[in-house]
Amino acid sequence: MDSSVSLTPLFIIIGYLALLLGLGVLSSRFFKGTSADYFVVSRSVGSFLLLMSIFGTTMTGFALVGSTGKAYTNGIGVYGLMASWSGLIHSAVFFAVGIRLWAVGKRYGYVTQCEYFRDRFESKTLGFVLFPILVLLVIPYLLVGVIAAGKFIQATTKGMFPEAFALSLPNGAPHPLSGGLPPWMGAGIICLIVLFYVFFGGLRGAVWANTFQTIVFMVTGVIAFYMISTRLHGLSAASHALLESDFASPRLAREGMMGKMQFLSYCFIPLSVGMFPHLFQHWLTAKSAKNFKLTVVAHPIFILIVWVPCILIGIWATAYLGELGPGQSPNAVLGRMVNKLVESPVLTGFVGAGVLAAIMSSLDSQFMCLGTMFTNDIVIKIFGKDRFSDGQKILIARGFILAVVLCTYLLGVALMDSAHVFDLGVWCFSGFAGLFPLIFAAVYWKGVTKAGAYACIFATAISWGILFYRDILAEKPAGSEDELLVWGAMPVMFIIIVSTIALVAVSLFTKKPTEATVKKFFA
Amino acid sequence: MKATVVIVAFLILAALHQDFWLWEDKSLVFGFLPVGLAYHAAYSLVAALFWWLVSKLAWPFKIEQWADEEGDDSAS
Repeated sequence: MDSSVSLTPLFIIIGYLALLLGLGVLSSRFFKGTSADYFVVSRSVGSFLLLMSIFGTTMTGFALVGSTGKAYTNGIGVYGLMASWSGLIHSAVFFAVGIRLWAVGKRYGYVTQCEYFRDRFESKTLGFVLFPILVLLVIPYLLVGVIAAGKFIQATTKGMFPEAFALSLPNGAPHPLSGGLPPWMGAGIICLIVLFYVFFGGLRGAVWANTFQTIVFMVTGVIAFYMISTRLHGLSAASHALLESDFASPRLAREGMMGKMQFLSYCFIPLSVGMFPHLFQHWLTAKSAKNFKLTVVAHPIFILIVWVPCILIGIWATAYLGELGPGQSPNAVLGRMVNKLVESPVLTGFVGAGVLAAIMSSLDSQFMCLGTMFTNDIVIKIFGKDRFSDGQKILIARGFILAVVLCTYLLGVALMDSAHVFDLGVWCFSGFAGLFPLIFAAVYWKGVTKAGAYACIFATAISWGILFYRDILAEKPAGSEDELLVWGAMPVMFIIIVSTIALVAVSLFTKKPTEATVKKFFA
Repeated sequence: MKATVVIVAFLILAALHQDFWLWEDKSLVFGFLPVGLAYHAAYSLVAALFWWLVSKLAWPFKIEQWADEEGDDSAS
Protein backbone atom coordinates (compact mmCIF):
# COMPACT_ATOMS: atom_id res chain seq x y z
CA MET A 1 0.00 0.00 0.00
CA ASP A 2 1.18 3.53 -0.84
CA SER A 3 2.49 5.05 2.43
CA SER A 4 0.59 8.29 1.68
CA VAL A 5 -2.74 6.43 1.87
CA SER A 6 -4.18 6.45 5.38
CA LEU A 7 -6.57 3.80 6.65
CA THR A 8 -8.04 6.27 9.19
CA PRO A 9 -11.15 7.13 7.08
CA LEU A 10 -11.93 3.43 6.78
CA PHE A 11 -11.60 2.89 10.55
CA ILE A 12 -13.88 5.88 11.24
CA ILE A 13 -16.52 4.54 8.84
CA ILE A 14 -16.24 1.05 10.37
CA GLY A 15 -16.62 2.59 13.84
CA TYR A 16 -19.69 4.50 12.69
CA LEU A 17 -21.28 1.39 11.17
CA ALA A 18 -20.52 -0.54 14.38
CA LEU A 19 -22.33 2.15 16.37
CA LEU A 20 -25.35 1.68 14.12
CA LEU A 21 -25.29 -2.06 14.76
CA GLY A 22 -25.17 -1.34 18.49
CA LEU A 23 -28.14 1.00 18.12
CA GLY A 24 -30.00 -1.80 16.32
CA VAL A 25 -29.33 -4.19 19.21
CA LEU A 26 -30.39 -1.56 21.76
CA SER A 27 -33.62 -0.68 19.93
CA SER A 28 -34.54 -4.37 19.66
CA ARG A 29 -34.36 -4.58 23.50
CA PHE A 30 -37.25 -2.09 23.64
CA PHE A 31 -39.33 -4.08 21.15
CA LYS A 32 -42.68 -5.03 22.71
CA GLY A 33 -43.31 -7.95 20.38
CA THR A 34 -46.51 -6.52 18.82
CA SER A 35 -47.06 -5.64 15.19
CA ALA A 36 -48.14 -2.10 16.19
CA ASP A 37 -44.78 -1.69 17.89
CA TYR A 38 -42.86 -3.12 14.93
CA PHE A 39 -44.70 -1.04 12.28
CA VAL A 40 -45.42 2.28 14.05
CA VAL A 41 -43.45 2.18 17.35
CA SER A 42 -46.76 1.84 19.25
CA ARG A 43 -47.51 5.46 18.17
CA SER A 44 -45.21 6.67 20.94
CA VAL A 45 -42.59 8.89 19.28
CA GLY A 46 -42.07 12.35 20.79
CA SER A 47 -41.27 15.72 19.18
CA PHE A 48 -37.48 15.47 18.93
CA LEU A 49 -37.32 11.94 17.51
CA LEU A 50 -40.15 12.77 15.08
CA LEU A 51 -38.27 15.84 13.80
CA MET A 52 -34.98 13.98 13.41
CA SER A 53 -36.45 10.87 11.80
CA ILE A 54 -38.60 12.84 9.34
CA PHE A 55 -35.76 15.19 8.43
CA GLY A 56 -33.31 12.29 8.04
CA THR A 57 -35.79 10.43 5.84
CA THR A 58 -36.48 13.38 3.52
CA MET A 59 -32.79 14.26 3.13
CA THR A 60 -30.95 11.70 1.00
CA GLY A 61 -27.25 11.51 0.17
CA PHE A 62 -28.07 14.19 -2.40
CA ALA A 63 -28.34 16.76 0.42
CA LEU A 64 -24.57 16.71 1.01
CA VAL A 65 -22.96 15.40 -2.17
CA GLY A 66 -25.52 16.31 -4.84
CA SER A 67 -26.23 19.81 -3.54
CA THR A 68 -22.51 20.67 -3.64
CA GLY A 69 -22.19 19.24 -7.15
CA LYS A 70 -25.35 20.95 -8.38
CA ALA A 71 -24.16 24.30 -6.93
CA TYR A 72 -20.85 23.79 -8.73
CA THR A 73 -22.80 23.36 -11.99
CA ASN A 74 -25.70 25.80 -11.55
CA GLY A 75 -24.59 28.23 -8.84
CA ILE A 76 -26.36 29.71 -5.83
CA GLY A 77 -29.84 29.43 -7.40
CA VAL A 78 -29.83 25.74 -6.46
CA TYR A 79 -30.66 26.74 -2.89
CA GLY A 80 -33.82 28.60 -3.95
CA LEU A 81 -34.67 25.91 -6.45
CA MET A 82 -34.51 22.96 -4.07
CA ALA A 83 -33.93 24.01 -0.46
CA SER A 84 -35.98 27.12 0.29
CA TRP A 85 -38.97 25.74 -1.64
CA SER A 86 -38.67 22.50 0.35
CA GLY A 87 -38.47 24.39 3.64
CA LEU A 88 -41.79 26.09 2.96
CA ILE A 89 -43.66 23.30 1.14
CA HIS A 90 -42.53 20.32 3.25
CA SER A 91 -43.70 22.04 6.42
CA ALA A 92 -46.97 22.97 4.69
CA VAL A 93 -47.54 19.31 3.79
CA PHE A 94 -46.65 18.13 7.32
CA PHE A 95 -49.10 20.68 8.73
CA ALA A 96 -51.95 20.39 6.24
CA VAL A 97 -51.80 16.66 5.42
CA GLY A 98 -49.50 14.91 7.90
CA ILE A 99 -51.36 15.87 11.07
CA ARG A 100 -54.73 14.89 9.59
CA LEU A 101 -53.43 11.53 8.41
CA TRP A 102 -51.88 10.94 11.82
CA ALA A 103 -55.31 11.60 13.40
CA VAL A 104 -57.12 9.28 10.98
CA GLY A 105 -54.43 6.63 11.45
CA LYS A 106 -54.64 6.79 15.22
CA ARG A 107 -58.45 6.75 15.34
CA TYR A 108 -58.89 3.85 12.94
CA GLY A 109 -55.61 1.98 13.41
CA TYR A 110 -54.18 2.47 9.91
CA VAL A 111 -50.57 1.56 9.26
CA THR A 112 -50.27 2.15 5.48
CA GLN A 113 -51.57 4.61 2.90
CA CYS A 114 -53.42 1.90 0.97
CA GLU A 115 -55.48 0.97 4.06
CA TYR A 116 -56.57 4.59 4.36
CA PHE A 117 -57.34 5.01 0.66
CA ARG A 118 -59.31 1.73 0.60
CA ASP A 119 -61.67 2.97 3.31
CA ARG A 120 -61.75 6.60 2.22
CA PHE A 121 -62.74 5.70 -1.35
CA GLU A 122 -64.78 2.59 -0.46
CA SER A 123 -62.74 0.42 -2.81
CA LYS A 124 -60.71 -2.64 -1.91
CA THR A 125 -59.32 -2.76 -5.47
CA LEU A 126 -57.85 0.74 -5.11
CA GLY A 127 -55.30 -0.61 -2.64
CA PHE A 128 -54.22 -3.32 -5.07
CA VAL A 129 -53.88 -0.73 -7.88
CA LEU A 130 -51.96 1.74 -5.75
CA PHE A 131 -49.62 -0.78 -4.09
CA PRO A 132 -47.55 -1.67 -7.20
CA ILE A 133 -47.40 1.99 -8.27
CA LEU A 134 -46.04 3.07 -4.89
CA VAL A 135 -43.57 0.16 -4.82
CA LEU A 136 -42.37 0.91 -8.37
CA LEU A 137 -41.82 4.55 -7.44
CA VAL A 138 -39.91 3.67 -4.25
CA ILE A 139 -37.57 1.12 -5.85
CA PRO A 140 -35.56 3.53 -8.06
CA TYR A 141 -35.29 5.81 -5.02
CA LEU A 142 -33.81 2.83 -3.13
CA LEU A 143 -31.48 2.03 -6.02
CA VAL A 144 -30.08 5.55 -6.00
CA GLY A 145 -29.17 5.07 -2.31
CA VAL A 146 -27.64 1.62 -2.75
CA ILE A 147 -25.59 2.63 -5.81
CA ALA A 148 -24.50 5.93 -4.25
CA ALA A 149 -23.34 4.07 -1.11
CA GLY A 150 -21.32 1.54 -3.14
CA LYS A 151 -19.62 4.18 -5.27
CA PHE A 152 -18.97 6.48 -2.35
CA ILE A 153 -17.27 3.77 -0.29
CA GLN A 154 -15.12 2.86 -3.29
CA ALA A 155 -13.99 6.48 -3.71
CA THR A 156 -13.32 6.88 0.03
CA THR A 157 -11.23 3.68 0.24
CA LYS A 158 -9.28 4.09 -3.02
CA GLY A 159 -5.67 3.00 -2.69
CA MET A 160 -6.28 1.16 0.60
CA PHE A 161 -6.28 -2.34 -0.91
CA PRO A 162 -3.98 -2.04 -3.95
CA GLU A 163 -3.46 -5.74 -4.43
CA ALA A 164 -6.87 -7.14 -3.58
CA PHE A 165 -8.87 -4.65 -5.64
CA ALA A 166 -6.49 -3.42 -8.33
CA LEU A 167 -8.17 -1.75 -11.30
CA SER A 168 -6.74 -0.50 -14.56
CA LEU A 169 -7.97 1.63 -17.43
CA PRO A 170 -8.38 0.11 -20.93
CA ASN A 171 -4.99 1.60 -21.88
CA GLY A 172 -3.33 -0.27 -18.99
CA ALA A 173 -2.80 2.77 -16.76
CA PRO A 174 -3.97 2.48 -13.11
CA HIS A 175 -7.63 3.38 -12.58
CA PRO A 176 -8.11 6.46 -10.30
CA LEU A 177 -10.23 4.31 -7.96
CA SER A 178 -7.84 1.35 -7.96
CA GLY A 179 -7.47 -0.29 -4.55
CA GLY A 180 -10.89 0.85 -3.29
CA LEU A 181 -13.54 -1.56 -2.05
CA PRO A 182 -15.56 -2.58 -5.11
CA PRO A 183 -19.04 -0.98 -5.27
CA TRP A 184 -20.80 -4.37 -4.97
CA MET A 185 -19.04 -4.93 -1.66
CA GLY A 186 -19.65 -1.43 -0.24
CA ALA A 187 -23.31 -1.52 -1.28
CA GLY A 188 -23.63 -5.00 0.24
CA ILE A 189 -22.17 -3.87 3.58
CA ILE A 190 -24.54 -0.89 3.75
CA CYS A 191 -27.55 -3.08 2.87
CA LEU A 192 -26.59 -5.57 5.58
CA ILE A 193 -26.21 -2.88 8.25
CA VAL A 194 -29.57 -1.30 7.41
CA LEU A 195 -31.19 -4.72 7.19
CA PHE A 196 -29.85 -5.59 10.64
CA TYR A 197 -31.34 -2.70 12.57
CA VAL A 198 -34.60 -2.62 10.61
CA PHE A 199 -35.03 -6.41 10.80
CA PHE A 200 -34.60 -6.57 14.57
CA GLY A 201 -35.72 -3.13 15.70
CA GLY A 202 -38.55 -2.47 13.21
CA LEU A 203 -39.49 1.18 12.76
CA ARG A 204 -38.09 1.95 16.23
CA GLY A 205 -34.66 0.86 14.96
CA ALA A 206 -35.10 3.12 11.93
CA VAL A 207 -36.26 6.10 14.04
CA TRP A 208 -33.34 5.80 16.45
CA ALA A 209 -30.82 5.25 13.68
CA ASN A 210 -32.27 8.17 11.69
CA THR A 211 -31.91 10.47 14.67
CA PHE A 212 -28.28 9.49 15.15
CA GLN A 213 -27.58 9.70 11.41
CA THR A 214 -29.21 13.13 11.08
CA ILE A 215 -27.00 14.49 13.87
CA VAL A 216 -23.94 12.95 12.19
CA PHE A 217 -24.55 14.37 8.72
CA MET A 218 -25.52 17.82 10.00
CA VAL A 219 -22.45 18.10 12.23
CA THR A 220 -20.00 16.75 9.63
CA GLY A 221 -21.36 19.17 7.01
CA VAL A 222 -20.80 22.16 9.29
CA ILE A 223 -17.31 20.98 10.33
CA ALA A 224 -16.28 20.41 6.70
CA PHE A 225 -17.57 23.89 5.84
CA TYR A 226 -15.60 25.48 8.67
CA MET A 227 -12.36 23.72 7.77
CA ILE A 228 -12.67 24.38 4.04
CA SER A 229 -13.46 28.07 4.55
CA THR A 230 -10.48 28.39 6.92
CA ARG A 231 -8.11 26.84 4.36
CA LEU A 232 -9.46 29.21 1.69
CA HIS A 233 -8.33 32.12 3.93
CA GLY A 234 -11.76 32.87 5.31
CA LEU A 235 -15.32 33.29 4.07
CA SER A 236 -14.73 36.62 2.39
CA ALA A 237 -11.59 35.55 0.47
CA ALA A 238 -13.28 32.33 -0.65
CA SER A 239 -16.27 34.18 -2.12
CA HIS A 240 -14.27 37.08 -3.59
CA ALA A 241 -12.16 34.57 -5.54
CA LEU A 242 -15.24 33.86 -7.68
CA LEU A 243 -15.41 37.47 -8.87
CA GLU A 244 -11.99 37.09 -10.47
CA SER A 245 -12.87 34.04 -12.57
CA ASP A 246 -14.94 34.10 -15.77
CA PHE A 247 -15.95 30.49 -15.18
CA ALA A 248 -16.89 30.96 -11.52
CA SER A 249 -18.47 34.42 -11.30
CA PRO A 250 -21.78 33.55 -13.08
CA ARG A 251 -22.42 31.08 -10.20
CA LEU A 252 -22.88 34.07 -7.84
CA ALA A 253 -26.20 34.85 -9.53
CA ARG A 254 -28.83 32.95 -11.53
CA GLU A 255 -28.76 34.58 -14.97
CA GLY A 256 -27.74 31.94 -17.52
CA MET A 257 -27.69 29.20 -14.86
CA MET A 258 -31.41 28.37 -14.76
CA GLY A 259 -34.71 29.62 -16.15
CA LYS A 260 -37.24 31.69 -14.21
CA MET A 261 -40.06 29.29 -15.05
CA GLN A 262 -37.88 26.37 -13.95
CA PHE A 263 -37.19 28.21 -10.68
CA LEU A 264 -40.92 28.71 -10.11
CA SER A 265 -42.09 25.25 -11.14
CA TYR A 266 -39.67 23.48 -8.80
CA CYS A 267 -42.22 24.27 -6.07
CA PHE A 268 -44.21 21.22 -7.19
CA ILE A 269 -41.41 18.72 -6.49
CA PRO A 270 -41.55 18.98 -2.64
CA LEU A 271 -45.25 18.07 -2.74
CA SER A 272 -43.99 14.51 -3.24
CA VAL A 273 -43.51 14.19 0.55
CA GLY A 274 -47.30 14.09 0.87
CA MET A 275 -47.39 10.75 -0.94
CA PHE A 276 -44.14 9.11 0.25
CA PRO A 277 -45.30 5.85 1.87
CA HIS A 278 -42.30 5.82 4.21
CA LEU A 279 -43.08 9.32 5.45
CA PHE A 280 -46.73 8.37 5.97
CA GLN A 281 -45.50 5.62 8.28
CA HIS A 282 -43.28 8.04 10.19
CA TRP A 283 -46.20 10.44 10.69
CA LEU A 284 -48.17 7.62 12.31
CA THR A 285 -45.45 7.06 14.92
CA ALA A 286 -46.20 10.41 16.63
CA LYS A 287 -47.56 10.21 20.16
CA SER A 288 -49.69 13.30 19.67
CA ALA A 289 -50.54 15.96 17.07
CA LYS A 290 -48.60 18.45 19.20
CA ASN A 291 -45.42 16.49 18.43
CA PHE A 292 -45.64 17.77 14.84
CA LYS A 293 -45.07 21.37 15.97
CA LEU A 294 -41.30 21.06 16.27
CA THR A 295 -41.06 19.28 12.91
CA VAL A 296 -43.16 21.90 11.11
CA VAL A 297 -41.19 24.84 12.59
CA ALA A 298 -37.63 23.45 12.61
CA HIS A 299 -37.65 21.74 9.18
CA PRO A 300 -36.82 24.94 7.18
CA ILE A 301 -34.04 25.79 9.67
CA PHE A 302 -32.53 22.31 9.42
CA ILE A 303 -32.57 22.57 5.63
CA LEU A 304 -30.76 25.90 5.95
CA ILE A 305 -28.09 24.38 8.24
CA VAL A 306 -27.38 21.51 5.83
CA TRP A 307 -27.74 23.24 2.46
CA VAL A 308 -26.13 26.71 2.80
CA PRO A 309 -22.65 25.34 3.66
CA CYS A 310 -22.88 22.81 0.81
CA ILE A 311 -23.96 25.45 -1.72
CA LEU A 312 -21.09 27.72 -0.66
CA ILE A 313 -18.55 24.87 -0.92
CA GLY A 314 -19.95 24.09 -4.39
CA ILE A 315 -19.53 27.64 -5.72
CA TRP A 316 -16.14 28.09 -4.04
CA ALA A 317 -15.05 24.94 -5.88
CA THR A 318 -15.68 26.66 -9.22
CA ALA A 319 -12.94 29.16 -8.38
CA TYR A 320 -10.64 26.75 -6.56
CA LEU A 321 -10.86 23.69 -8.82
CA GLY A 322 -11.75 25.45 -12.08
CA GLU A 323 -13.50 23.52 -14.86
CA LEU A 324 -13.71 19.78 -14.36
CA GLY A 325 -12.01 17.58 -16.91
CA PRO A 326 -13.86 15.10 -19.12
CA GLY A 327 -15.31 12.20 -17.14
CA GLN A 328 -15.06 14.07 -13.80
CA SER A 329 -18.38 14.21 -11.99
CA PRO A 330 -19.64 17.33 -10.17
CA ASN A 331 -20.84 14.90 -7.47
CA ALA A 332 -17.17 14.37 -6.55
CA VAL A 333 -16.67 18.08 -5.81
CA LEU A 334 -17.28 17.82 -2.04
CA GLY A 335 -14.83 14.92 -1.69
CA ARG A 336 -12.21 16.71 -3.79
CA MET A 337 -12.52 19.93 -1.79
CA VAL A 338 -12.12 18.01 1.48
CA ASN A 339 -9.17 16.00 0.19
CA LYS A 340 -7.34 18.90 -1.44
CA LEU A 341 -7.92 21.57 1.15
CA VAL A 342 -8.15 19.83 4.49
CA GLU A 343 -5.88 16.83 3.88
CA SER A 344 -7.12 15.33 7.10
CA PRO A 345 -7.87 11.59 7.05
CA VAL A 346 -9.97 12.11 10.18
CA LEU A 347 -12.21 14.69 8.50
CA THR A 348 -12.35 12.58 5.32
CA GLY A 349 -13.57 9.71 7.50
CA PHE A 350 -16.19 11.85 9.23
CA VAL A 351 -17.44 13.33 5.95
CA GLY A 352 -17.63 9.76 4.60
CA ALA A 353 -19.66 8.71 7.64
CA GLY A 354 -21.86 11.80 7.18
CA VAL A 355 -22.63 11.02 3.55
CA LEU A 356 -23.38 7.38 4.38
CA ALA A 357 -25.59 8.58 7.26
CA ALA A 358 -27.64 10.71 4.87
CA ILE A 359 -27.98 7.78 2.45
CA MET A 360 -28.87 5.19 5.10
CA SER A 361 -31.37 7.41 6.90
CA SER A 362 -33.58 7.23 3.81
CA LEU A 363 -32.88 3.59 2.92
CA ASP A 364 -34.00 2.19 6.29
CA SER A 365 -37.42 3.84 6.23
CA GLN A 366 -38.01 2.78 2.63
CA PHE A 367 -37.10 -0.87 3.32
CA MET A 368 -39.30 -0.80 6.41
CA CYS A 369 -42.30 0.71 4.62
CA LEU A 370 -42.17 -1.84 1.79
CA GLY A 371 -42.26 -4.69 4.34
CA THR A 372 -45.14 -3.01 6.15
CA MET A 373 -47.10 -2.43 2.94
CA PHE A 374 -46.66 -5.97 1.68
CA THR A 375 -47.81 -7.45 5.00
CA ASN A 376 -50.79 -5.15 5.54
CA ASP A 377 -51.89 -4.30 2.00
CA ILE A 378 -51.40 -7.61 0.27
CA VAL A 379 -51.05 -10.59 2.64
CA ILE A 380 -53.57 -9.51 5.28
CA LYS A 381 -56.00 -8.18 2.67
CA ILE A 382 -55.95 -11.48 0.78
CA PHE A 383 -56.01 -13.88 3.73
CA GLY A 384 -57.98 -11.78 6.25
CA LYS A 385 -56.79 -9.91 9.34
CA ASP A 386 -57.71 -12.71 11.74
CA ARG A 387 -55.73 -15.32 9.82
CA PHE A 388 -52.37 -14.32 11.36
CA SER A 389 -51.15 -13.72 14.89
CA ASP A 390 -49.12 -10.60 15.68
CA GLY A 391 -45.93 -12.67 15.69
CA GLN A 392 -46.71 -14.08 12.25
CA LYS A 393 -47.36 -10.59 10.85
CA ILE A 394 -43.92 -9.47 12.07
CA LEU A 395 -42.38 -12.61 10.57
CA ILE A 396 -44.03 -11.92 7.19
CA ALA A 397 -42.84 -8.30 7.26
CA ARG A 398 -39.29 -9.37 8.12
CA GLY A 399 -39.34 -11.93 5.30
CA PHE A 400 -40.48 -9.34 2.80
CA ILE A 401 -37.92 -6.77 4.03
CA LEU A 402 -35.23 -9.41 3.53
CA ALA A 403 -36.50 -10.12 0.00
CA VAL A 404 -36.70 -6.39 -0.87
CA VAL A 405 -33.16 -5.74 0.41
CA LEU A 406 -31.86 -8.70 -1.61
CA CYS A 407 -33.68 -7.68 -4.81
CA THR A 408 -32.64 -4.03 -4.44
CA TYR A 409 -29.05 -5.04 -3.84
CA LEU A 410 -28.92 -7.35 -6.89
CA LEU A 411 -30.63 -4.73 -9.06
CA GLY A 412 -28.26 -2.08 -7.73
CA VAL A 413 -25.21 -4.21 -8.60
CA ALA A 414 -26.61 -4.91 -12.08
CA LEU A 415 -27.29 -1.21 -12.73
CA MET A 416 -24.19 0.10 -10.92
CA ASP A 417 -22.74 1.71 -14.05
CA SER A 418 -26.01 2.77 -15.69
CA ALA A 419 -26.05 6.46 -16.56
CA HIS A 420 -29.76 6.86 -15.96
CA VAL A 421 -30.27 5.62 -12.40
CA PHE A 422 -29.80 9.05 -10.81
CA ASP A 423 -32.21 10.59 -13.33
CA LEU A 424 -34.75 8.03 -12.13
CA GLY A 425 -34.57 9.55 -8.66
CA VAL A 426 -35.98 12.86 -9.92
CA TRP A 427 -38.73 10.97 -11.75
CA CYS A 428 -39.69 9.17 -8.52
CA PHE A 429 -40.27 12.52 -6.87
CA SER A 430 -42.32 13.67 -9.87
CA GLY A 431 -44.48 10.54 -9.70
CA PHE A 432 -45.22 10.94 -6.00
CA ALA A 433 -45.88 14.65 -6.50
CA GLY A 434 -48.30 13.81 -9.34
CA LEU A 435 -50.35 11.79 -6.84
CA PHE A 436 -50.43 14.61 -4.28
CA PRO A 437 -53.86 15.88 -5.43
CA LEU A 438 -55.24 12.46 -4.47
CA ILE A 439 -54.15 12.67 -0.83
CA PHE A 440 -55.04 16.35 -0.57
CA ALA A 441 -58.55 15.77 -1.92
CA ALA A 442 -59.01 12.69 0.27
CA VAL A 443 -58.25 14.78 3.34
CA TYR A 444 -60.16 17.97 2.48
CA TRP A 445 -62.84 17.31 -0.16
CA LYS A 446 -65.93 15.43 0.94
CA GLY A 447 -67.13 15.20 -2.64
CA VAL A 448 -64.12 13.41 -4.13
CA THR A 449 -65.25 10.07 -5.53
CA LYS A 450 -63.86 6.60 -6.08
CA ALA A 451 -63.96 7.13 -9.85
CA GLY A 452 -62.17 10.46 -9.38
CA ALA A 453 -59.44 8.71 -7.40
CA TYR A 454 -58.93 6.13 -10.15
CA ALA A 455 -58.92 8.90 -12.78
CA CYS A 456 -56.24 10.77 -10.83
CA ILE A 457 -54.05 7.67 -10.53
CA PHE A 458 -54.37 6.76 -14.23
CA ALA A 459 -53.88 10.37 -15.38
CA THR A 460 -50.70 10.55 -13.29
CA ALA A 461 -49.46 7.21 -14.65
CA ILE A 462 -50.13 8.19 -18.30
CA SER A 463 -48.74 11.75 -18.16
CA TRP A 464 -45.76 10.57 -16.10
CA GLY A 465 -45.14 7.73 -18.59
CA ILE A 466 -45.19 10.05 -21.63
CA LEU A 467 -42.82 12.61 -20.09
CA PHE A 468 -40.57 9.87 -18.65
CA TYR A 469 -40.30 8.33 -22.12
CA ARG A 470 -39.33 11.70 -23.60
CA ASP A 471 -36.65 12.31 -20.97
CA ILE A 472 -35.13 8.89 -20.37
CA LEU A 473 -35.98 6.50 -23.18
CA ALA A 474 -36.40 8.59 -26.34
CA GLU A 475 -33.35 9.80 -28.23
CA LYS A 476 -32.71 13.43 -27.42
CA PRO A 477 -31.78 15.97 -30.10
CA ALA A 478 -28.15 17.07 -30.00
CA GLY A 479 -27.53 20.05 -27.73
CA SER A 480 -30.74 19.60 -25.71
CA GLU A 481 -30.78 20.35 -21.97
CA ASP A 482 -29.81 17.61 -19.50
CA GLU A 483 -32.98 18.16 -17.49
CA LEU A 484 -36.22 17.86 -19.45
CA LEU A 485 -38.21 21.09 -19.34
CA VAL A 486 -41.61 21.61 -20.94
CA TRP A 487 -42.01 25.24 -22.03
CA GLY A 488 -39.29 26.07 -19.54
CA ALA A 489 -41.11 24.39 -16.63
CA MET A 490 -40.47 21.18 -14.73
CA PRO A 491 -42.53 18.25 -16.13
CA VAL A 492 -43.98 17.64 -12.66
CA MET A 493 -46.06 20.81 -13.05
CA PHE A 494 -47.91 19.33 -16.02
CA ILE A 495 -48.33 15.95 -14.31
CA ILE A 496 -49.99 17.65 -11.33
CA ILE A 497 -52.21 19.80 -13.57
CA VAL A 498 -53.38 16.73 -15.52
CA SER A 499 -53.97 14.60 -12.40
CA THR A 500 -55.87 17.44 -10.67
CA ILE A 501 -58.11 18.04 -13.68
CA ALA A 502 -58.86 14.31 -13.94
CA LEU A 503 -59.61 14.04 -10.21
CA VAL A 504 -61.92 17.06 -10.11
CA ALA A 505 -63.69 16.53 -13.45
CA VAL A 506 -64.49 12.87 -12.84
CA SER A 507 -65.49 13.45 -9.20
CA LEU A 508 -68.00 16.11 -10.22
CA PHE A 509 -69.90 13.71 -12.46
CA THR A 510 -69.68 10.38 -10.63
CA LYS A 511 -71.37 8.76 -7.65
CA LYS A 512 -70.58 10.51 -4.37
CA PRO A 513 -69.20 8.57 -1.38
CA THR A 514 -71.75 7.27 1.13
CA GLU A 515 -72.82 9.39 4.05
CA ALA A 516 -71.24 6.90 6.45
CA THR A 517 -67.82 7.35 4.82
CA VAL A 518 -68.09 11.13 4.83
CA LYS A 519 -69.11 11.04 8.50
CA LYS A 520 -66.27 8.67 9.33
CA PHE A 521 -63.57 10.93 7.91
CA PHE A 522 -65.06 14.42 8.30
CA ALA A 523 -66.77 14.32 11.70
CA MET B 1 -61.16 32.88 9.41
CA LYS B 2 -57.84 31.66 10.82
CA ALA B 3 -57.51 29.21 7.93
CA THR B 4 -58.06 32.00 5.40
CA VAL B 5 -55.38 34.16 7.01
CA VAL B 6 -52.93 31.24 7.01
CA ILE B 7 -53.64 30.47 3.33
CA VAL B 8 -53.27 34.11 2.25
CA ALA B 9 -50.03 34.51 4.25
CA PHE B 10 -48.72 31.28 2.75
CA LEU B 11 -49.49 32.47 -0.79
CA ILE B 12 -47.75 35.80 -0.14
CA LEU B 13 -44.73 33.91 1.19
CA ALA B 14 -44.75 31.64 -1.88
CA ALA B 15 -44.89 34.70 -4.17
CA LEU B 16 -41.92 36.23 -2.33
CA HIS B 17 -39.87 33.18 -3.31
CA GLN B 18 -39.66 34.58 -6.85
CA ASP B 19 -36.96 37.21 -6.20
CA PHE B 20 -36.55 38.16 -9.85
CA TRP B 21 -35.07 41.52 -8.86
CA LEU B 22 -31.95 39.70 -7.56
CA TRP B 23 -31.66 37.41 -10.60
CA GLU B 24 -28.49 39.03 -12.02
CA ASP B 25 -27.13 40.55 -8.80
CA LYS B 26 -23.69 39.18 -7.84
CA SER B 27 -23.05 41.39 -4.83
CA LEU B 28 -21.94 39.85 -1.55
CA VAL B 29 -23.75 40.37 1.76
CA PHE B 30 -21.50 40.49 4.89
CA GLY B 31 -18.60 40.28 2.45
CA PHE B 32 -19.08 36.59 1.61
CA LEU B 33 -22.71 35.59 1.05
CA PRO B 34 -24.05 36.09 -2.51
CA VAL B 35 -27.15 38.24 -2.23
CA GLY B 36 -29.41 35.67 -3.95
CA LEU B 37 -28.31 33.02 -1.46
CA ALA B 38 -28.62 35.43 1.48
CA TYR B 39 -32.19 36.24 0.41
CA HIS B 40 -33.20 32.59 0.28
CA ALA B 41 -31.40 31.73 3.53
CA ALA B 42 -33.39 34.54 5.16
CA TYR B 43 -36.47 33.19 3.37
CA SER B 44 -35.96 29.83 5.14
CA LEU B 45 -35.82 31.62 8.49
CA VAL B 46 -38.97 33.58 7.65
CA ALA B 47 -40.66 30.29 6.65
CA ALA B 48 -39.74 28.85 10.07
CA LEU B 49 -41.07 32.00 11.75
CA PHE B 50 -44.28 31.73 9.72
CA TRP B 51 -44.82 28.10 10.80
CA TRP B 52 -44.05 29.03 14.41
CA LEU B 53 -46.79 31.68 14.27
CA VAL B 54 -49.15 29.16 12.68
CA SER B 55 -48.37 26.66 15.44
CA LYS B 56 -49.13 29.31 18.06
CA LEU B 57 -52.21 30.91 16.51
CA ALA B 58 -53.85 28.36 14.23
CA TRP B 59 -52.95 24.91 15.49
CA PRO B 60 -55.73 22.34 14.88
CA PHE B 61 -56.18 21.33 18.54
CA LYS B 62 -59.56 19.75 17.90
CA ILE B 63 -57.99 17.09 15.74
CA GLU B 64 -56.13 15.68 18.73
CA GLN B 65 -59.38 15.15 20.58
CA TRP B 66 -61.00 13.59 17.50
CA ALA B 67 -58.06 11.21 17.05
CA ASP B 68 -58.29 10.07 20.66
CA GLU B 69 -61.99 9.24 20.43
CA GLU B 70 -62.89 5.64 19.79
CA GLY B 71 -63.45 5.18 16.04
CA ASP B 72 -66.65 3.35 15.13
CA ASP B 73 -64.80 1.38 12.52
CA SER B 74 -61.23 0.18 12.30
CA ALA B 75 -59.04 -0.46 9.23
CA SER B 76 -60.88 -2.98 7.07
